[in-house]
Amino acid sequence: MADDANKVNGAEEAPIQERAKPDPPGYFEGESMTRRRVFTIGAQALGGVAGAAIVLPAVGFAVAPIFHRGKERWEAVGPVSDFVEDTYRQVVFTETEGIGDAGKTTAYVRKSSEELGEKSGKFVAVSNRCAHLGCPVRFVEAAGNFICPCHGGVYDFQGKRIGGPPVRPLDQFQTRVRNNQVELGPRYSVTNQMEPVRARDPGEFTGGIWEYLYPPRPSTFPPP
Amino acid sequence: MPKIPVPKIPDAVVPPPLRKPAKPGAAGTPKGQAPEDLKTAPPERQSHGEKLLDRGKDAPIDALAWVDQRLAASGFLTGMLYRKVPKGTNWFYTLGSATLFAFIVQAVTGVFLAMYYTPSATQAYASIAHINNDVPLGQFVHGMHKWGSSVMVILIFLHMGRTFFFGAYKYPRELNWVIGVVLLILTMTMAFTGYLLPFDQRSFWASIVGININGTGPVVGPYLSDFLRAGPELGATTLSRFYAIHMLLVPGAIIALIGAHMYLVVKLGTTAPPWVKTERPKGARPTAELEAGANGNGRVNGAPVSGEGNGASA
Repeated sequence: MADDANKVNGAEEAPIQERAKPDPPGYFEGESMTRRRVFTIGAQALGGVAGAAIVLPAVGFAVAPIFHRGKERWEAVGPVSDFVEDTYRQVVFTETEGIGDAGKTTAYVRKSSEELGEKSGKFVAVSNRCAHLGCPVRFVEAAGNFICPCHGGVYDFQGKRIGGPPVRPLDQFQTRVRNNQVELGPRYSVTNQMEPVRARDPGEFTGGIWEYLYPPRPSTFPPP
Repeated sequence: MPKIPVPKIPDAVVPPPLRKPAKPGAAGTPKGQAPEDLKTAPPERQSHGEKLLDRGKDAPIDALAWVDQRLAASGFLTGMLYRKVPKGTNWFYTLGSATLFAFIVQAVTGVFLAMYYTPSATQAYASIAHINNDVPLGQFVHGMHKWGSSVMVILIFLHMGRTFFFGAYKYPRELNWVIGVVLLILTMTMAFTGYLLPFDQRSFWASIVGININGTGPVVGPYLSDFLRAGPELGATTLSRFYAIHMLLVPGAIIALIGAHMYLVVKLGTTAPPWVKTERPKGARPTAELEAGANGNGRVNGAPVSGEGNGASA
């Protein structure tokens, strides 16, 4: 076959010294793919399908929590009369269930204040999770500031960053009043203008272009 | 200080190609070499006990030969164990083996810790306390695992520094450097995931900080930290997830990559230290290549130069 082709195509180029291969069984003139090749590709494709059938569910299983949002959780933290406008009251409530004390978190709760440009009659719950790397901040009564012990992050009375490495104000929790009890709900983050956005992890900026660079996660709740 | 004589390696241990041929009449040569006159010196008769003893001596070698006939491993082992190393090989070259040893310590102590540890958020701390306080030698094994992890990280960096400063990452060993870097990252993953397992205050907050640093990567960061935590907050499944990564996923990858790493070390050989001068056969004129590569001290950095005393590898 190859020899014939060389003769027909002219002999300007050096003839390739090649032993004529015996035609594989079932070969016919003009076929583009041998039977052997069909079976090779077919077997590899089947192997790929079988592999994917095992690997894809396993990977999906491992990454599923990214797309899963848990049940909204509200917890009463005290009667309405416990909270005032000009200072915070520290409350501890369960944010994550099933891991005992490790699932508890601390919030600083007060009544909303019209002087600060907030709607009256509401309650403000500031998370103690530092917006830098997640250390627990403390409200220092004398200074009226939140101070982080780890890397010196400082926040003002509303939770806006005024010093140190944090990248945004302190997170907040949704609040509501039921049966004269203040209840805390899902966490949300705020921008530097105190506009609520979906909860971000510490260290992630909020607002403007950062909403795209640190996209909201499906596992968080929509802001109020 | 008197020099201690080097003990002779018994012939039985040395594979045949490297064994020195025995001189006739020397101890250990087979008996029964026919003397000139059989009548004046009849062949020594072995008693039954001596025969049994001889066969007993041969038994381990016979057993090894039986295995080797089926494994054909002696050629590979000879090449690996008796490979030549360049002149100037020194203690710094043991840092890689030291790292491997640290990994083996981690693997062994880790297996035994897993026998008592409970990867549950509510019981993990108590199970570690149980290991430390009640289990015989528990504190010791736990301590070996805990401090051993630091030792391994330190050794891996020293090993990396040795490779870097000796120029041992250059051609043809780049791929081994790449594998080494992946091993470094995997070791860091081990250190990070292992830190959470005691589930005390320190490990809890360290993991929160570590995951949050992970989350600061743009675009994928938030999803990565959700993946690590198995949710928006550090929860019950975070611990079991870290445990699975720590004792199943990453160790498997590390073992596989150590295999590849060591295969390449044996295959390519090690480098001479940069201060060892290249030795050339007497009378050989330096080639233009050598001249170009020489940096003034007559040494050639990293260039594979064959020559006497240079060993199997340059």
